[in-house]
Amino acid sequence: MNTIDQTTDEVLRLAAEHFKVQRDQLSPDDDFFKKLGINSLQALDLLTRIEQHFQIELPDYELQGVTDFRTLAQRIQSRL
Amino acid sequence: MNTFQGETLSWHVLDGTIELTLDRAPCNEIGRSTLADLEKFIAALPSLQRDAHALIINSTRHEGFCAGADLRETYRVAQSLPKEERLAALRDFLERIHHVMNTLDEAPLTTIAAVHGVTFGGGFELALACDLIVADKMTRFCFPELRLGLIPGFGGIPRLKRDLGNAVVRDLLLTGRSINAAKAQSVGLVSQVTAEGDALRVARSTAAQLKKFDRNTAIAAKRFIKPIPYDELRKEIDMFCDLFMRPAVDAGLRKFVESTDALPYLP
Repeated sequence: MNTIDQTTDEVLRLAAEHFKVQRDQLSPDDDFFKKLGINSLQALDLLTRIEQHFQIELPDYELQGVTDFRTLAQRIQSRL
Repeated sequence: MNTFQGETLSWHVLDGTIELTLDRAPCNEIGRSTLADLEKFIAALPSLQRDAHALIINSTRHEGFCAGADLRETYRVAQSLPKEERLAALRDFLERIHHVMNTLDEAPLTTIAAVHGVTFGGGFELALACDLIVADKMTRFCFPELRLGLIPGFGGIPRLKRDLGNAVVRDLLLTGRSINAAKAQSVGLVSQVTAEGDALRVARSTAAQLKKFDRNTAIAAKRFIKPIPYDELRKEIDMFCDLFMRPAVDAGLRKFVESTDALPYLP
């Protein structure tokens, strides 16, 4: 099973790929809405990528109030 | 009229397949203009289906298939009317959209929704009126209505109940959560999942396959296995109207309208 650091790293890589930014521009504590300039609809696309990559279901309501990659990774980790 | 270009959608017939394409920014929200164009399509359908064995409904909008009812318009119209007229206007809209959905549901040709991205609320209900759903793997399905103090109003609950197990219906409806295409396929909602951007191509390939079959047999099979739940559809309209008049819905819609986000009710 992934460690939380591995999961965080994979989330950062997925976000960088999906939104076409350099991976090293993203940090675990970044607010992904602000850093990537995305809205809820684009965040939903990222959620789909995450579900596909980790082969999990992550109900969108679990992301209520989640804005940084580290907390997002914790939510994913609890489903692995 | 084998081709049509309206304000919110277009259609044409290609190789025996009618392609109805939604194209209204931002994500094909269904308001009065879309309803009027859909009614034109329904009126043209008896003539179109003489030259066609299948219908594909798809969207050109990058954001998705359809984000559902135009809630901003719904709120604006509701606020502009005295309370007693508000209910009559709502009921009229619902009766008309139900007529469109029911006509699509029982159309004597095989109907395919080729969906991608946001397929929410009324958009989900439009897909449910079709015989088959072909979904791009980035599709998300959702009934967010409870987040606004409502239930789906375009026939979603009776059709979902017809097609899926009650536990799945409760999950989607009561949690209001969105599910991806793989999950939707695993519960039996989606017939095929495609690569990104490939839903229309796969829907066309499926329509080409259907062309090989005897038309009357296909119609008979569809009538046998796909009953229209008229009684429940009618109850849904009544229930929606009752719920809509409550202050909680006003508050939910106001919050939605005042937000600048694309899908303000999420997560």
